[in-house]
Amino acid sequence: MLPFITFKQFLNDLRRQKLRSALTMFGIFWGSCAIVLLFAFGQGLTEAQLTSQKGMGDNIAIFWPGVTSQEFKGLSKGRRIRLTEEDCELLKKSSVTVSRISPEYRRHSIPLKYGKNNTLRNIIGVWPEFGIMRNLIPEFGSRFINQRDMAERRRVIFIGNILKTDLFGAEEAVGQTVLLNGTPFTVIGVMKEKVQNSSYGGRDSRTVFMPASTFRSMWGHRYINNFVIQARPEYSMLQARREVYETLGAKYRFDPEDREALGVWDTSRGFEFLKNFFAAFQAFLVGIGVSTLITGGIGVSNIMNVVLEERTKEIGIKMALGARKSYILTQFILETLLITGVGGFLGFLFAWAVVSVIPLLPFPDLEQMIGTPRVSLLSGIMITALLGVIGFFAGIFPARRAANLQPVRALKLF
Amino acid sequence: MSPIIYMKQVKKRYQTGAVAFEALKGINLIVNPGEFIAVVGPSGSGKSTLMNIMGCLDVPSSGIYKLEDELVNKMTHNQLADIRNQKIGFVFQAFNLLPYATAFENVEVPLLFAKVNGKKRRARVIELLARVGLADKAGNRPTEMSGGEMQRVAIARALANEPDIILADEPTGNLDSKSGSGIVSLFDELHSAGKTIVIITHDMNIAQHAQRLVRLKDGLMDTGTEDPQLATAS
Repeated sequence: MLPFITFKQFLNDLRRQKLRSALTMFGIFWGSCAIVLLFAFGQGLTEAQLTSQKGMGDNIAIFWPGVTSQEFKGLSKGRRIRLTEEDCELLKKSSVTVSRISPEYRRHSIPLKYGKNNTLRNIIGVWPEFGIMRNLIPEFGSRFINQRDMAERRRVIFIGNILKTDLFGAEEAVGQTVLLNGTPFTVIGVMKEKVQNSSYGGRDSRTVFMPASTFRSMWGHRYINNFVIQARPEYSMLQARREVYETLGAKYRFDPEDREALGVWDTSRGFEFLKNFFAAFQAFLVGIGVSTLITGGIGVSNIMNVVLEERTKEIGIKMALGARKSYILTQFILETLLITGVGGFLGFLFAWAVVSVIPLLPFPDLEQMIGTPRVSLLSGIMITALLGVIGFFAGIFPARRAANLQPVRALKLF
Repeated sequence: MSPIIYMKQVKKRYQTGAVAFEALKGINLIVNPGEFIAVVGPSGSGKSTLMNIMGCLDVPSSGIYKLEDELVNKMTHNQLADIRNQKIGFVFQAFNLLPYATAFENVEVPLLFAKVNGKKRRARVIELLARVGLADKAGNRPTEMSGGEMQRVAIARALANEPDIILADEPTGNLDSKSGSGIVSLFDELHSAGKTIVIITHDMNIAQHAQRLVRLKDGLMDTGTEDPQLATAS
């Protein structure tokens, strides 16, 4: 092996064919840069979408009362099913698949007043579990509704972060009293800001949450608007949903297969869909990058063929001086790997620089939209492996041609 | 004393498409160790083909070629490479130096192929360059040297692994007469030091330095320069 002379020869070739070498390297540079960027942005975008999907709640299902669509045990179809808090109690006690459950009572456009600030807001009456299920994380120094609030029907509310700013501005909200429909309520908690891209009945950041018991006593609701469940980790949401239909079907005498009797929104399915969609999306992006890289590899192979033509005499000289076949082979493959390696490394570096600059840009919403692109170790490993394979295959054919040359023909003595 | 080069009925035929051309038509030649031979003949007589085969850059189409009693005909690619590296030193008309490498690096190449270790290798290169009078040009590239200097570097390179045979193909062909005579003196010195030298040349002034002349014409040796014993055997 002649590492130094090989390297000198490599630099000499680059110098001699500046434009062609630059264009070839650019192919590799662009391919690896594209792969790293696509991977980084794809990952960031996926994470951003999944996080905002989780904003509404992680792996939850929401049930609404409906109307039966099938006859069942002598009962006609078209019966309206109405749900109560007792149904949630029943599911909580009897279900093996459901880990958390909370009813929701709702009222819309209820006047809320603090000092001179007035606003109309949606009010929701819930159980304490609701906060965990729906990712309503209290800001430091505040809390969500607890069992004692429920038991004592306390006049306390937990509010969304935007509502807090609307009512209180920069002022501390926790501990303050507001007038809700003319009744004084104490603010016990403010929701920590979260990304939420889906909802039913309004964003959590603008909503007022109060204990279900307080809500019922204030407005005298008998029926709940809907309820939310979370499945135990050892059970799938599908199993939990089936159990809910069976339990409530038995109670209200509707067919557990009747999907109209209860409406359901299973967010885990959306989550799965989104995960699969983004996995496919990422695979597509990476596919584009890989094909760019392969095209670059073909370019490298072409340049190596040209280099071979130009360097035939030098190969002949080396053969005359005693170079074995393996040396010529190694030299060509090494050069190809150097071209792909340098191009790939520069591409990786450029992509890394782009990704590092994104968070420094003065567009705060950008990160929420596209997420935080990250150059992952996986993409680094993938690029290295791919460049290795491409470099090897781009080099092996010209290398074999070079190594199989007859010295006398290489020296052009004949 | 067994011959260093033994050729019997060596033929070389080139096929270019449908056209066949016989460059050597049956060479019978013995070269003994320490001999200085000049191969002369007009263009197209087969001189270079003979040298290529002698130097293991090419293999004969038929006949027997033995180098130091070893049959070259059936050797592998790598065996031939090792022979070129260890036993033969080439000096070409066009110098054939690596253009991007310095004089030092050019001389170093055969030593690198022979896997001579760093310290020993560097000392050897310095010694060789001093021997051909180019100790001060070690860092020069071929483009920074005269023709005579380049050929001296090529000779230093040919001597790197102390080969038994030096093969020179028109070594003064690209040089002016002054540089040319300097190179010829170097060959004389090498011959005095015991090396076997085979020079291919047009120039009879150079050929006169040789102990023996081998004349080629149309791929055959002129009778008189052919080894009588081998000629009879054929």
